[in-house]
Amino acid sequence: MAAHRCSRSALLLILCGLTLFTAADSQETTVNGGHHASAVKNPQTSTETADQTTEQPAVEERRWEATEVEEATPDDAAADKQDSPVPETVVLTSVPQPKDDFQEELVIRPLHSGDIYASFQFRTVWETDFTRGNKVSHYRLFPKSLGQVISKFSVRELHISFTQGYWRTMQWGQPFQPAPPGAELWVWFQDSVTDVDSTWKELTNVLSGIFCASLNFIDSTNTVQPSASFKPLGIGNVTDHRFLRYATLPREIVCTENLTPWKKLLPCGSKAGLAVLLKSEKLFHSSFHSQAVHIRPMCQDWECKTTSWELRQTLNVVFDLHTSAQGKREWSLFKMFSRTLTEACPLASSSKIYIDITDNPEGEQFEVSPATPLLSQASVLGDRRTFSVYDLTQQITFGTVRSLNLLIRWKSSEGDMLRPLLHGERYVAGYGLQTGEIHTLMYNYHPYRSFPVLLLDSVPWYLRLYIHTLTVTSKGKDNKPSYIHYQPSKDRVRPHLLEMLVQLPPNSVTEVTVQFERALLKWTEYTPDPNHGFYVGSSVISSLVPSIVAMDTNSTRERPLFSSFFPCKEESSYFVRVYTEPLLVNLPTPDFSMPYNVICLTCTVVAVGYGSLYNLLTRSFQIEEPNPGLAKRIANVIRKMRGVPPL
Amino acid sequence: MATTEVERRRGQLAALSIAAVVILIGVPLWWRTTETYRAWLPVSQIQELANLQLQLSADVEVVFARGTVTPEQQKKVPLTLTQDDEHVVDEDTALRYRYETRYRTATIMEEDALNQPTAAEADLSLHTLSESPCGSLVVYVIPESSSLLPEDVDVYVGQRRTALLRIGAQTRVGRTLEQLLSHLEPRVKQVLQVMSFSHTDITAALSDRVRLSPGNKESIADSMRAFKSSPGYEITFSLLNPDPKSHRLHWDIEGAVQTYIQPLLRKLAPLANFSIDSQTLYYAMLGVNPRFDSSRSAYTLNSDSLAHVINPVEARLGSNAASSNPVLNFLLYVPDAHHSPLHINDHKKQEVPSNAFHSPRWGGIMVYNVNDFYGPEAAFPVDINIDMAKVMGVFLAQLRLLLGVQSSAPPPRFLVAPCSSAGIADWELDRLMWSRSVENIATATTTITSLAQLLDQIGNIVINDNIAQQVSSAVTSLQLAVAELESGNLRFALQYSKEAILASERAFFDPSLLHLLYFPDDQKFAIYIPLFLPMCVPILLSLLKIVSDARQRRREKHAKAD
Repeated sequence: MAAHRCSRSALLLILCGLTLFTAADSQETTVNGGHHASAVKNPQTSTETADQTTEQPAVEERRWEATEVEEATPDDAAADKQDSPVPETVVLTSVPQPKDDFQEELVIRPLHSGDIYASFQFRTVWETDFTRGNKVSHYRLFPKSLGQVISKFSVRELHISFTQGYWRTMQWGQPFQPAPPGAELWVWFQDSVTDVDSTWKELTNVLSGIFCASLNFIDSTNTVQPSASFKPLGIGNVTDHRFLRYATLPREIVCTENLTPWKKLLPCGSKAGLAVLLKSEKLFHSSFHSQAVHIRPMCQDWECKTTSWELRQTLNVVFDLHTSAQGKREWSLFKMFSRTLTEACPLASSSKIYIDITDNPEGEQFEVSPATPLLSQASVLGDRRTFSVYDLTQQITFGTVRSLNLLIRWKSSEGDMLRPLLHGERYVAGYGLQTGEIHTLMYNYHPYRSFPVLLLDSVPWYLRLYIHTLTVTSKGKDNKPSYIHYQPSKDRVRPHLLEMLVQLPPNSVTEVTVQFERALLKWTEYTPDPNHGFYVGSSVISSLVPSIVAMDTNSTRERPLFSSFFPCKEESSYFVRVYTEPLLVNLPTPDFSMPYNVICLTCTVVAVGYGSLYNLLTRSFQIEEPNPGLAKRIANVIRKMRGVPPL
Repeated sequence: MATTEVERRRGQLAALSIAAVVILIGVPLWWRTTETYRAWLPVSQIQELANLQLQLSADVEVVFARGTVTPEQQKKVPLTLTQDDEHVVDEDTALRYRYETRYRTATIMEEDALNQPTAAEADLSLHTLSESPCGSLVVYVIPESSSLLPEDVDVYVGQRRTALLRIGAQTRVGRTLEQLLSHLEPRVKQVLQVMSFSHTDITAALSDRVRLSPGNKESIADSMRAFKSSPGYEITFSLLNPDPKSHRLHWDIEGAVQTYIQPLLRKLAPLANFSIDSQTLYYAMLGVNPRFDSSRSAYTLNSDSLAHVINPVEARLGSNAASSNPVLNFLLYVPDAHHSPLHINDHKKQEVPSNAFHSPRWGGIMVYNVNDFYGPEAAFPVDINIDMAKVMGVFLAQLRLLLGVQSSAPPPRFLVAPCSSAGIADWELDRLMWSRSVENIATATTTITSLAQLLDQIGNIVINDNIAQQVSSAVTSLQLAVAELESGNLRFALQYSKEAILASERAFFDPSLLHLLYFPDDQKFAIYIPLFLPMCVPILLSLLKIVSDARQRRREKHAKAD
């Protein structure tokens, strides 16, 4: 088990190392001379023998050969082609309509806590069909690596997120894309997949290579199949949860090595457009960082005649105002990202920055400069918000200095936030290392409406839940869940899955408690730092929350990206997913030098017992003659000297 | 006195029986319980394979057209000759080429076919008459007076598996058949070396087994250019657009692949599986700043800086997420508006006409200048349609080189038919299949023998049943492949050699072989010492005592006898 894990992580390390290595090397080669290039090329031609290294410079010269084409050009084919009037390389007058489209967007929301929330969204929509059996695939804006993953593993929907830090709902409100701390992955497979588990295993390994993350630690012990909480977000009405897999890695640490491959998926990379702002040293110096990739099929039009694939890359970050601003409440793009914007990504059909000015209608709270005449309203998360819009595709946005550096200057610090209607918390209670109790609290702050929520709990097998101790109480009364789906764990095979539908009364706290027993692990199953504790992933609370304003149900209308992530089926409510804190639970941890001590001790005990037994068995017993007294011995000595026989 | 003697004997017996129990029961029990599981491997067969005797058999049919043999010779003609050619490559590897030549006279239909006006037409109609199996050849001997071939050409190599051989002037009618045959024989062999296999090809294919003495630079570069044999290849076409603000590029890669690449790959299908994809990469820069050459008012890339060009690009190319086959990269680089036009210079500082270069076992890059297609006053971004015929001509040539389809110059007085629309002639495919079969066999035997050696050296490795099964299936496939090569069934030989290579690699890279690989012996004994030492010391001591007692008694007995 441990060796498996080691080999996998070693593989991963090598993968990551290789990317770093190539990156580092490419920088070096621009500075230095020729030998680096041979170093880079060597892994590919590792079969070269040592005696060829003496030839290396000469061979190196010949390595890069000019291609001669004269003889090898396929005459017939070329002739065929030339017969028909081929459009020569010309400036086209009519541009063929590309089947893919790219949009980018940044939303900045000043938070009431004084922090600032920036949410990037990049959306690539491609009208194609990965599920068709054709082998040839040609990519333009859509990244090739993800396209290959979709077609190879018959993925219908894929959602992956990497998050560092915990989203504080009560201080910051609802995020546009919620995500639990650590890594989260949920995938819907096509119903043509026969062996979902092995496909899932392969998929996680490939994704861990693509995103340089330890997703390869996802195995059957942390994978569940939720029956109700994770419905497909795209089109498709297959809801057989046999094709759904959900796993979280709350321990996963997110850093630059995950951001770099994520940026590589963007068509403009980090070279142009909004992505130039994504500098890792600033992004990871923040209170909250979450990056995600969502792939889903979606309708192109109202009747859903044509389907297309949507790749949504989102990055949410909350910057802490107080630590770095020295008391002054002032923010600019340059301060946040140490860059300013000079252009939109030329491939993007729309490139916009939205600044949430809902709480600031007359500019009494803060001031945004440069000012923009463009305003937009959108209903998002049950609220109608007003945004100032900066369209980066318009040259006028950048003004005379040809660079856009948005500045927000606060005037007053008061004002209160609309409290989020739904909120969740979780903690472990109890003492000692044998048993404990998980408490999950769900808050409904709606003054007069009660609404149902779906609670999903996935608990590792080493916390043995006593499901008979499950209680759900709100306002001091027992609250009977209308639906419970419980799948007990199997040791070392699968985790507990607990899903239930609970009605939250208005303005109340609902508490779900369940007791557990801590299991004793085998000594190879402990993590390298067992005294740190073991993580239990966040609970997921999904709900349709009653909305104050009418939500937009037309899914095909042009809308800002941040408001179109969760599909909205009815006007009176909106979908919210809330993640609670992950838990950190201590398990009884042995002293790891113990096995050797035990072996030594046992062996010694065995040896002592065996030795005395052996002694008893092999010793020959004799009757010993009684010892002569001291006087007699002295007398004998004297008698011996005298030459007389002893007594 | 008697009682002490009895006591002593009882003690000795007890010590002896304890020692016996420890040796007979304890040690085997300990051995059994701490042993690693090692499944049985066909070691003797692997050792046989380590000593590789390859025999390659080629069938050649030599057909005499009318006017090449006299009627009385004709009567003797249906005969078969077998010829062996042995080479020892190194102490473990020996090669033997067997040419089975059958002589016959042409049928009437073949005569008709040979009366076609040109060699190409004759070749086509001969092919429709009879399809020769993979790996065999038909050589038609035509009279000197035949007008099929131009004056200065003696041998015409067709697109399929046929060749036309013009009989020499010195073999006039009237000579004996033996003289005729002995005259023909070296020339047929020469044809064979062009069309099926030559010794240099085969030894190059054995490079995994045999360390070749470094030949000249040319041959090293040639042998390193092509990809190693693999059960599959991923072909990736990437369009690099470093300047999407100025150039909006459109390439009809889908149609181009269908027209140019797919026919070739369909022909190569028995060799390996190919998958094709393409992508467009924006803001992909080359690793070198091209130099401005004012005499030509163009930017140039020198051949010595080409090695650095791909490094920054390669990080973005991305490996294939869905398979682990080698990737052939073909990059089409459209220089940005400020660095156009861009030309590649060769070693002699001459412009390369194709403006393309390739890197061995990696792929090819073509620079495609677009600055001629718009004037200086053009409004950016400009929409540009890329001429795929030009691009694919270059990429197809590179693909042929990288896959190892030989295009070495034919010997003098040979005429090789131009490529068909498929881009590869049947005999070229055969040639590739010969060398790939040999290469696969060489690689698989090396893998299997080194695996066996490793498992033999490190006793701690657990050998599971599935590994043993993979090894056995690899060995069986190898034996079959060698046997099929011997009997000349090229297609089956290639098939079996591919299976062998897959099974051997799977066995070699199985993760279970990593378990307990480095569990050192000293730690194992450190754990056992607290048990073993106190157990063994008394046993040893009492055994020593018994021995010394016995010796002393014998000495006493001797003394008494004396």
